[in-house]
Amino acid sequence: MKRVFIPAIAAIIVLSSCKKDTITPSEYDSSKKAELSVEFDNIAGSADLLLNTGNYTNASGESFKVTKLKYYVSNFKLTNINGTEYTVPQDSCYFLIDESDEATHEPVLRIPEGEYRSVTFTLGVDSLRNTKDISQRTGVLDPTGVGSDMYWSWNSGYIFLKMEGTSPASMMGDFMYHIGLFGGMSAPTINNIKTITLDLTARGTPKIKTGKSTNIHLMVDILKLFNGSTNFSIADHSMVMVDPFSTTIASNYVSMFRHDHTEN
Amino acid sequence: MNRNHWLILIFLLAGVIACKKEVIEAFAGFRKPSYFPAPAYHFETNEITEDGFKLGRKLFYDRILSANNTISCGSCHIQTAAFTQHGHKVSHGIFDRTGVRNSPPIMNLAWSTSFMWDGGIFDLDLQPVAPITNHVEMDDSMINVLNKLRNDATYPTLFKQAFGSTEINSTKFLKALSQFMLMCVSSNSRYDSVKRKQTTFTPEEEQGYAIFKQQCNTCHTEPLFTDNSFRNNGLAISALNDMGRYKITLNEADKYKFKVPSLRNLAHTLPYMHDGRLFTLEAVLDHYTGQVQQTPNLDTFFLQHSQPGIPLTADERAKLLLFLNTLNDRSFLTNKMLSEQ
Repeated sequence: MKRVFIPAIAAIIVLSSCKKDTITPSEYDSSKKAELSVEFDNIAGSADLLLNTGNYTNASGESFKVTKLKYYVSNFKLTNINGTEYTVPQDSCYFLIDESDEATHEPVLRIPEGEYRSVTFTLGVDSLRNTKDISQRTGVLDPTGVGSDMYWSWNSGYIFLKMEGTSPASMMGDFMYHIGLFGGMSAPTINNIKTITLDLTARGTPKIKTGKSTNIHLMVDILKLFNGSTNFSIADHSMVMVDPFSTTIASNYVSMFRHDHTEN
Repeated sequence: MNRNHWLILIFLLAGVIACKKEVIEAFAGFRKPSYFPAPAYHFETNEITEDGFKLGRKLFYDRILSANNTISCGSCHIQTAAFTQHGHKVSHGIFDRTGVRNSPPIMNLAWSTSFMWDGGIFDLDLQPVAPITNHVEMDDSMINVLNKLRNDATYPTLFKQAFGSTEINSTKFLKALSQFMLMCVSSNSRYDSVKRKQTTFTPEEEQGYAIFKQQCNTCHTEPLFTDNSFRNNGLAISALNDMGRYKITLNEADKYKFKVPSLRNLAHTLPYMHDGRLFTLEAVLDHYTGQVQQTPNLDTFFLQHSQPGIPLTADERAKLLLFLNTLNDRSFLTNKMLSEQ
């Protein structure tokens, strides 16, 4: 009896330890969190975006300069190569990318160790946060502080993306696109909140591990704002704010984002 | 300590207790009249305290809230005019700039589900940001206003008394202003006395009340005298072509609709309509009885007769006016608690 028992126990030990190895790769400990920075690199076609000085041309053949580019990205979610989703806690997940302020270009997220195949985020501010109590609108969401340039005080709600500039194609000489509208509080309105999912497998999956920092580098092509599912001209639409045409611009700018590379 | 010392001490103590008691009695906090509906405001996130209310009142009347320190909230919301601005069709702001709409009363806002003539703001706490930053009203930035308050000699102490620390931020600033505005409750008109069974209407007022219930109450629903909805009441479209609620919702069905204003204190809130185009109540009744225009989205209530509008005889108009004037609340206009101190 004793002789049979010992090999049996040994076999169980070996089997169970093998099993453990295949389920949890020893290199990652999903109970630990590490840093992933997401770089938003604003470009115009094949050129880096330079505020005020760079001259660009849209698909309608209009030349223009950009004087301001700001947008909110929020509600990040990452999908592990094994399909597990991790949603970054919402309170720490609102970022305002401002082309004129380099410090804002690379939001840092803390996510569980692992290898990830896709990233999802909201371009804008989710409708729920648009209706929150003032005490829960802090940091970049403070409509009286950093966020005051990105908030309609007369039509309670955040501006998701702001792009302004100059162009000889505009009758007034300039253009302003202030795109917002979260769907309305007491009455339904346009909803321009967009969710963007980017595949990370083709250009290098991020491998998140404690002790090192990983970066996914996204290219954000502002030409796509004009040239997308519907090309539009500055001459026809130089000022778009709370306006039905905002939906066209929002549908276009969804395709601004692409994953360029990962720095592991 | 001799007997005299003891007597003095007792006197002093009594004085302190009496003073304290007086303060407690003077500030009763927010009270909902029994026949009013449940308030729409979220008191659970902003409990009204005496210090918070007083801070809000000081802010409301402080010109520091404008770009060149000349305009306060109270400049366009004057208590004796039920917190509206007399003599101005549209509000008259900083550097003599004028807006496009008539400044609405600050009255019973705890029951208001949206703010502004077009309802673009859905939370009272967010409301003050609009006039403070509006180019034609106070033309300042919130960042600048908060910095002015931080550098002021007295505000840090007042914020500490109200909210526990000298830190001044937007949340505290806006909550304090809300506390003051929420306390602006008008519920002491003759109509209210009748509701509380302290008096009765005269026979003519009673007849006017019956006409009101038949012809006006659908939109100006008692006891707040507004149903908080947006409607087109058939005003001729002005040169400015203000499309009202449409500017917020971009819904064709909202073109030319504006918030139904309360009729309380109506003798004091002239001029009338969103752009202050009518100067007297007679002119308002002239509009409803014979000048309603068939513009897009005209409220169907006005389409029940051969001509759009509400037909009223001269006698009915006179009685209706008698009733409407029972909605004036003198105590609200003169309540020292709501005045600049």
